[in-house]
Amino acid sequence: MKKYARARIEIIRRDSVNWTANIQGLIGGGFIGLSAVFLMATLGRVAGISGILAGLFLDRPNRDELGWRLMFLLGLVSGPLLLMLVGGPGNVADSPQAVIGAPSGGVPLMLVAGLLVGIGTGVGSGCTSGHGVCGLARLSRRSLVATLVFLLAAMVVVFLTRHLIGGAA
Amino acid sequence: MKAFFGYIAGLLFGVGLGLGGMTDPARVLGFLDIFGAWDPTLLFVLGGAVITTFIGYRVVLRQTKPLWGNSFRLPTRHDLDGKLLMGAALFGIGWGLSGYCPGPAFASIGNPSYPLIAMLLAMIAGWWVARRAPFIQ
Repeated sequence: MKKYARARIEIIRRDSVNWTANIQGLIGGGFIGLSAVFLMATLGRVAGISGILAGLFLDRPNRDELGWRLMFLLGLVSGPLLLMLVGGPGNVADSPQAVIGAPSGGVPLMLVAGLLVGIGTGVGSGCTSGHGVCGLARLSRRSLVATLVFLLAAMVVVFLTRHLIGGAA
Repeated sequence: MKAFFGYIAGLLFGVGLGLGGMTDPARVLGFLDIFGAWDPTLLFVLGGAVITTFIGYRVVLRQTKPLWGNSFRLPTRHDLDGKLLMGAALFGIGWGLSGYCPGPAFASIGNPSYPLIAMLLAMIAGWWVARRAPFIQ
């Protein structure tokens, strides 16, 4: 009986694929791709966020380098704010206020997660953008492997926290 | 001029993250939760980004140099080493715990909260550790 119920849920889920959200996702991805192409065309750089920002915060001060990195960060921050200001449809969140969601945990969890993300992207020389977008687009073997590893690790962690430790979610 | 280009690139990136739902950790975690009510949106975000970049890079990298600079700076390594695998695994664990990878985390500054600030500061500390710590080098 339980198995039957689960199968029904499966069917309902398949039927209600949210194509609007998927198309909006595709358009959002297109903008991210445009950013990567634009940065390569103008400054000749890979749009790897962890690399750009680690350089901004940790490199020895160098006006020429820090300037564009700081402006990149300002642009990055103003993007979602612009969406919230314009409002209306177009973003995958139903309301403009929901464009920037709340963190999923408290300060202690975020400290641990942030440290892991920082060390991991520092040691592994890239994150979702550098490896997952620019690296895959360049057909880099290193980036393909890194992307598969961090996706798998993240999915395992979510499985553990939501379905094993956290119970049914 | 470099600063202007940097700003436009960041703005496009931030708009893309916002449009695709990447600045909502709940949605990101929903995508990573393949055994729950899986939310495929981010697969489309990643797909759209990779396809656009793939096509764009083909055009751009046919030039001899970028508009503003002497050369394209592309990674040259091809080998798979322990640092790459270990780093990617650690990053994945942090991503799965929080729903934040670096871009969306910093792009969310417009809606600040203590957990978000903690995430950002810890991330910068992590980059510092990755650069300095002798046990990793």
